[in-house]
Amino acid sequence: MNLLSGTFWVSLAGALVILLLKKEAHRAIKWTAALTGFIALSLSLLAYFHYDLAFGGMQFILKRPWIPEFGIDFHVGADGVSLPLVLLTGFIFFTGVLIAWNIEDRPKEFFILFLTLVAGVFGVFVSLNLFLLFVFYELAVLPMYLLIGVWGSTRKEYGAMKLTLYLLVGSALIFIGMLALYFKSGIQSFDLMKLSEVRFPTNFQKIVFPLIFVGFGVLGGLWPLHTWSPVGHVAAPTSVSMLHAGVLMKLGAYGCFRVAICLLPEGATFWLPWIAMLATVNIVYGSMIAMVQRDFKFVIGYSSVSHMGFVLLGLASMDPVGVSGAVLQMFSHGIMTGLFFAIVGRMVYDRTHTRDLNELGGLSGPLPFANFCFIMSGFASMGLPGLSGFVAELQILLGTWNRYPILAALSGIGIVVTAAYILRVLHKVFYGELNEKLHHLEPITTVEKVAGIILVSQLIFIGLFPFVMTNLIYGTVEPLIRRLFP
Amino acid sequence: MMLLATFLTEILILAGIFSLLAVDLLFLRKKDATERVKSLGALASLLVIATGVILFLRGNSVQTVHALGGMWVLDPLVLFFKEVILAITLITILISMEKPFTSHISEYYALILFACLGMLFLVSAEELIMIYVALELLSVSLYILVAFHQGVPRSSEGAVKYFLFGALSSSFLYFGASYLYGLSGATNLTFLGQYLGSLPTPFGPERSLLWVAAAFILVGLGFKVAVVPFHLWAPDAYEGAPTPVTAYISTGSKLASFFILIKILLLAMKPIGGSPLHTQFGGGWEASLAIVAVFSMTLGNLVAMTQKNLKRMLAYSSIAHAGYILVGVVAATRMGIASVFYYLVVYAFTQLGAFGVVTAISAKVGGDAIEDFSGMGKRTPLLSMLMAVFILSLAGIPPLAGFFGKFYVFLSAVGRDPQGYGLMWLVVVGVANSAISLYYYLKILKQMYIVEPKEVTPLRTSGTMVLALSLCALFVIGLGIFPHPLISYLNTLLSYLPLRNL
Repeated sequence: MNLLSGTFWVSLAGALVILLLKKEAHRAIKWTAALTGFIALSLSLLAYFHYDLAFGGMQFILKRPWIPEFGIDFHVGADGVSLPLVLLTGFIFFTGVLIAWNIEDRPKEFFILFLTLVAGVFGVFVSLNLFLLFVFYELAVLPMYLLIGVWGSTRKEYGAMKLTLYLLVGSALIFIGMLALYFKSGIQSFDLMKLSEVRFPTNFQKIVFPLIFVGFGVLGGLWPLHTWSPVGHVAAPTSVSMLHAGVLMKLGAYGCFRVAICLLPEGATFWLPWIAMLATVNIVYGSMIAMVQRDFKFVIGYSSVSHMGFVLLGLASMDPVGVSGAVLQMFSHGIMTGLFFAIVGRMVYDRTHTRDLNELGGLSGPLPFANFCFIMSGFASMGLPGLSGFVAELQILLGTWNRYPILAALSGIGIVVTAAYILRVLHKVFYGELNEKLHHLEPITTVEKVAGIILVSQLIFIGLFPFVMTNLIYGTVEPLIRRLFP
Repeated sequence: MMLLATFLTEILILAGIFSLLAVDLLFLRKKDATERVKSLGALASLLVIATGVILFLRGNSVQTVHALGGMWVLDPLVLFFKEVILAITLITILISMEKPFTSHISEYYALILFACLGMLFLVSAEELIMIYVALELLSVSLYILVAFHQGVPRSSEGAVKYFLFGALSSSFLYFGASYLYGLSGATNLTFLGQYLGSLPTPFGPERSLLWVAAAFILVGLGFKVAVVPFHLWAPDAYEGAPTPVTAYISTGSKLASFFILIKILLLAMKPIGGSPLHTQFGGGWEASLAIVAVFSMTLGNLVAMTQKNLKRMLAYSSIAHAGYILVGVVAATRMGIASVFYYLVVYAFTQLGAFGVVTAISAKVGGDAIEDFSGMGKRTPLLSMLMAVFILSLAGIPPLAGFFGKFYVFLSAVGRDPQGYGLMWLVVVGVANSAISLYYYLKILKQMYIVEPKEVTPLRTSGTMVLALSLCALFVIGLGIFPHPLISYLNTLLSYLPLRNL
């Protein structure tokens, strides 16, 4: 069996098994979901370690005709850009199920939607056919509406509707771009590999590039189309926020790279300087807004906007180092923000029932594990050496420096403000005086600790041994970028 | 004997209608309505299934047969659509069995079958007079059916509106057709096409008459398929009619009318099509229909957003869908027609399913406002899941069949002029509308899953209803995941349409 498509099929099969289970069988449902997550994680790890670095390029390729009339195949494969993201999805999937362990309200429907969403995400990262990628993209976006609308909190209906409409307007742009590419290429195919060999006319590229880039960029949190993201993150239930900020926003950035930049390099050369400016606004604006939030979850929501800015800036650098930094940042931020949301939603809010920074305080006493996790992810977020965020952001800034020195310098403001808001939250939530109401908190459960430790270990591991990732990523990105932007 | 074989389907249905009436009259008059609606429904559905099976078994041997001097044609393409119509009728009958809404039960089923007969004739017709007879048989049956909801004034109101508009549209259609006949001396669609094709361009003295004829025919057909600005009857008729009848009108009647619209426009009137491409816009019905499509999609979707009644909302959504279908018609290529056929079939079963769920739920809660569906995700998880499938398919979300319908239509529209992107403007409008429409489709899902119910008692649904809806859902999901077989089958069938102008 193909390891890569295995991740997708396993998630889908898990959803089907849960569909057949009785809705009262809460334990069976959760165990099925966890087992599915574990298998998917193992498969993605296997794929990661089976990738042949010496050989490079696309591997694990599987191609089956689907709608041959229109050049649509079930065509999957992965390279150094998609593999880290598949792995990230595996991690967030498994830990997300663990974090959702205490769900009591209709767990059957919850996990069916959750697993379908994950299947869609795996699908996008491994698709080598533009049409297939689009189908998976929508499959990943839509369950979000119900997951937020039914199980969410804090203006959930508004958040869910806003998120879905924004993302599907984005996908309408992608759809138009997709049709344009299909016909202009003259090869009657949606095959990404074949399309990347077509040289589209320059004027065409200039028109279509923004359609596709902005279409995916909506999901990537591109300023000023990011407003759905903090609202959606806050409204979503914890494990869904993890998936959402951790993985789903990466779908957007991945699409920007895989479709817009790889297929339309001349359009990219024309537009990316402007995109880089927007990305810098993302970084600085996101961090400044995060600084003034009173709601713990909103801080994390805006920090995602800010960090996704780094990803987009890296992609816009058109430089091998910058782009591979962006890919690593996707992985690093996915793990880090997953951990953040696990802390905010599950470890803190479910116990304290408030997210107001002024009411929280002194939680390091009753919840030392949450405190530890927050320090680790917070420090990764600030870009402290020894943690994954440092390696990624350093690469991005190095890559950007050559082309946009001013923007690189400006984004430094973002890093400083990030440090400030992380320390502010750390101080307000975990240190200081413990609020009287918060004396008797239920301790962190083993399941939560397992999830937390898995994520923290990733942050440390990548921080200490970055070459495990960077060799793979750079090996793919370097020849690709050299070819696209000679 | 030959004639009998050619008309076998229609004869079977007709015989069935009379036996149905006789059974009711002789054996069931004294029984109560619930039992009659079940047993007669079972009888009617068996009849339709039997006819379908016989048609299918004969189908392999059929090549093209022309009867009645070319008025009537039977070929694999027509046969396929007859099967689809029978399937739609079957599902309509199955969802009618949920709860009686009238005491005239055998008459109700008989009228449904008469309408079915009208559609069966319509898809076979290739001549203006035959089209007229078939269309009237269909329409008159439907006018009466709309009024069948006993004790509901809205039902009679809807029927009167539908009748007035319908009769008017028929007269428009035939006024236009009479001009065509006057000019060419022919009523057969293929001959008409030859005549119009042989006219020198610009058309000379016939020109002004030709425009009148074309305009009147377009208006008449526009009423039948309910596109803006000829849509005004639809929301009232849809809301007033008993829900199974609404389902039947919005699927069967729409499918058959679109089929005949394509035949008239592409077989006969293609030479006066003009062009919908933005570079050389104008000059015929293609340009006018492109405008009609834009208004249908936009107005349909925008007005659907503000609706509070689910049936009205679906009525406006079906106006919008007629607009999407017109995009494929305007593409006017082989691929465009294949895409329209695909869309029609998929749309029919999706819409049937959606109205089926409305029938099942409103029979229990006693209303069809959107609010009445609150909390159905808890009260009836199965029906809600089915509804979600249908709604998302209507919204065009992959991997459901509705998505491929839209994809195929838009793809073929761009393919009309692949290098110049002459129809891209229409596709952009279509895709934008598709994004807008999601808002009100999600509102339905929101009511069912997110809003808390007023009561919590679970709803029970009959087995037949669940069966019928599950069939529709399987179809919608199956065609979403494997669209290839139907697409390629329709492509082979298209060779039976004498499209020499394309």
